[in-house]
Formats: sequence, C-alpha cells, structure tokens
Amino acid sequence: MTLYFTKDHEWLRVEGESATVGITKHAAEELGELVFVETRDAGTVVQAGESIAVVESVKAASDIYAPVDGEVLDNNPQLSDDPARVSSDPEGEGWIVKFRLSNPDQLASLMDADAYAAFIA
Amino acid sequence: MSADTLLHTPLFTLHEEAGGKMVPFAGYAMPLNYADGIMAEHRHVREHAGLFDVSHMGQVRLRARSGDGEAAAHALERLVPADIVALKNGRQRYTQFTNEKGGILDDLMVARMGESLLLVINAACKDADIAHLQDELADCLVEVLEDRALLALQGPAAEDALAALAPAVRDMKFMDVRDVDVDGALCIISRSGYTGEDGFEISLPAMDASRVARKLLEQPAVKLIGLGARDSLRLEAGMCLYGSDIDETTTPVEAALEWSIQKSRRRGGAREGGFPGADVILAQLEEGVSRRRVGLLPEGRAPVRGGAPLYADVEFATPLGKVTSGAFGPTVEAPVAMGYVATDYATPQTPIVAELRGRAVPATVHVLPFVPARFKR
Repeated sequence: MTLYFTKDHEWLRVEGESATVGITKHAAEELGELVFVETRDAGTVVQAGESIAVVESVKAASDIYAPVDGEVLDNNPQLSDDPARVSSDPEGEGWIVKFRLSNPDQLASLMDADAYAAFIA
Repeated sequence: MSADTLLHTPLFTLHEEAGGKMVPFAGYAMPLNYADGIMAEHRHVREHAGLFDVSHMGQVRLRARSGDGEAAAHALERLVPADIVALKNGRQRYTQFTNEKGGILDDLMVARMGESLLLVINAACKDADIAHLQDELADCLVEVLEDRALLALQGPAAEDALAALAPAVRDMKFMDVRDVDVDGALCIISRSGYTGEDGFEISLPAMDASRVARKLLEQPAVKLIGLGARDSLRLEAGMCLYGSDIDETTTPVEAALEWSIQKSRRRGGAREGGFPGADVILAQLEEGVSRRRVGLLPEGRAPVRGGAPLYADVEFATPLGKVTSGAFGPTVEAPVAMGYVATDYATPQTPIVAELRGRAVPATVHVLPFVPARFKR
C-alpha cells in the first residue's frame, strides 16, 4: 500500500522515504472553496500532530497536521496564486506539501482507502 | 446543543431539500451554505438576487398601554439613543439598546407602523431583549411575533423579483416599511438589509413562508443564500455583527455608529439623553473616544480574522487594539477586516500591523464600507 489516510482527512502518497500530503475530497467539500493556503517552510522538522499548513476558506482557517514525524521538503508552488486548486482537485493537482518520513513505521497506524471510506461513511 | 434540540424555522424543509449545510446558530439549525458554496453565493447576491432565511431573528411589536403610537415612541426612547418620536409612519431606522456604561446590549431595527413599533432583534439576544423591554417599559405591551417568519431578498435583481409578485414594492425607498400582500400572504416589507445591496426584508406569517419563498425562487435571478455569505456580505458592507464587532463593552461612538444618534437626543437636543449610559455616550460625542472601529485591508492573500492583535509596529511594541471580524472578501477579492484601534490610528490610509500566526502582516486602515452601498435612496 502506498496511499494512506488520516482521521484529520488528509492523504499521503508514499514513494520511498518521502510522501506527498494533501486533504481528501471529503475535507475539501466540507471546507468549501479555499482562498488561501500557507505551508511551513522547507526544512521544517515536525512531529506527528504538529501543523504543517493552514488552509483558509472565506469563513474559517483550518490546520493541516503532520500525519507522522518528518521534515517538510517542498510545497505546491501553484497554490499561492490558485488556492482553489485544492478545492477542485484535492487528491491530485491540489497537493499541499512534500514530506520526508523520519519514522516510516508510524504509517502502520494510518488508514487505507477502504478504512477511510468506512470512517467517513 | 445536540442536533435534535435545535429549533427549526418554517423554511427548514426547504433548506434540506435545497442541500443546505445545516449548522447550529443561536439555538437554531440554519443553513451555512448550499451546494454552490459561500464564494459563489456571495457573488450571486452582488450580481443578481439572493434569498436568505432570517426567521431566527426576533420580531417584536411594541405598543403603549394607552394605545397611542407617540407614547410607545417616547417609551422606547428610554432604552435607545435614536430619535424614535420623529420616526414617521412607514419608516424604519437602526439603533441600539444601551447599558448604564454606554455599552451595547443589542442592535436592532425599529419601524413605525401606525400606533405600533415593530422591532427586529438579534437571535442570540432575543430572550434578554424581551425581558429588558418588559422590565423597563411597564407602560407598554411587548408582543413577541413567534408565528412570523423573516426573509431577506437582497441584490440588484431583488426589486424585479419581488415586484413580479407585489408590484407596489417598486415605489418603496430605502428604509420604507409597508404592509404588502404577496401571493395572498399579509407581509410587512421593509426596503433594507444586511448586505449593502438594494433589497427587502419580508416579515410574513410562518404558514405562508415556504410558499412565498418558493415563489420567489421560481424566478431565475433568485437563489437561496446561507449565513456564511450573509456574514461576508455584511463585512464588505461595513456593518456590525453583534457579539463580534459590538457588545456590552463597546459604545456606539467607539463603534463609529454615531450616525444613528440623531441631534434631538444629543446635548442641547429637544429630548437630550434619557437612555441608559447617556452620560457616557453624549460626552463621547463631544469629547471623542480613545478607540474607534475601523475597516482594515491586510496586505497579501491571508485572511486576518477576529481576535488578531493589532499594533503600530512590526516589533509588536505598541498595541493598538484587535480585529473583531475578518474574512476573505469575495467581491473585494482580498482579505477584509474590521476592528478597534487607538483613535490616533483610526484615520483612513493609516498603515498598521496585524499579528497572524506570530508574523507581522501590514494592514491599512480603510474607510467603511469596502464595497459601495447600493441602497435605493
């Protein structure tokens, strides 16, 4: 399995020691059209549960949390001009950060697609 | 409060049918937005017409026990700083209930209809306002209009949409109030609203609300709009939200609402003072205040929201106040906010700084509203 989901409605696509992180379609629908996305700088080392990004709709700001321990490698450069990309294609072009996993064993605690589908049902 | 104890307005079924995202608001299940989302709904109101259910708000009929309308007006002036006595039949105005310190207990609309005054009060303040009226105005009858719904139809297409059902509304001007028959429903319509657009608020019997709403929605220009867009629309229009921008600790003068205190109630006026906190408020009108509510345009794209501290400098050495409402303005296409700052910094174009997630975000004091009002004067 390379695709994982969290209870905070994020997805991670794992390739080797790094992962791409975004929010799920379900989360994007709940948040409504996004007007602003801000991520932690590349090189920021975080523990699972710490904020790695903030996404904002007209109405509210929501934190995106690191699903596992690691380091922010990169962010999606297209979101500063077009944050609504997260709303229109959350699990594709609307990815938010790339992330280096410092403790891949933690992935075992996350959900696969079927478990996540059951979680939001 | 759990979902099953929330109150429903007469339009609850319509909201659910329309895919409304229902959220708790002041004890009611209310639509935050529908399928199109807040951004699209906001723009629809500025370009066409939006229909809002605001039936959660309180509607109160106030009459003097003597039956005399003028006596009711004199009575209400004991609780608010506006001139109610001079309010003509069929006209409405904005005012506030004040406390002994000059703070604001609630803000409200008051209409003179014959020998009655009709009040529209905030949902969250309903019980306290009604108790306040009953306690303080023993010479009046306070009738809570529980069986009436309230709709708002707002936007440049609102007049055409409502006139298709009730042509008489074309003759109404901003802040006019009239009894109007709409599809057989006995409505009380005011030409007013909370968006900065031309439009109407329609009070009608609960039993007629869903039918009239559906008739309005049959018109292509009219869409249902939720509370989310209502908030961003009123923020762009520079209007206060009670509990955020004004409360018991802010006076009408600090809140830049002195336009709602007519000359007759000020020092030297025919009916000077005589409302709670008049000593504080009338002194502030002459001597000024130490802080003022202002509009703010933050630089960049990040919304600066209610609670964000405001400073004179990027080192956060000189605090000025805080943001009370902030969001992304869909029409302005940028973040907009309002808040209180030290009066020396309240002049439009003054550069200040907001603290956002520990960072300094430059912001400019901006004249309110952010979007020009389009009332039909």
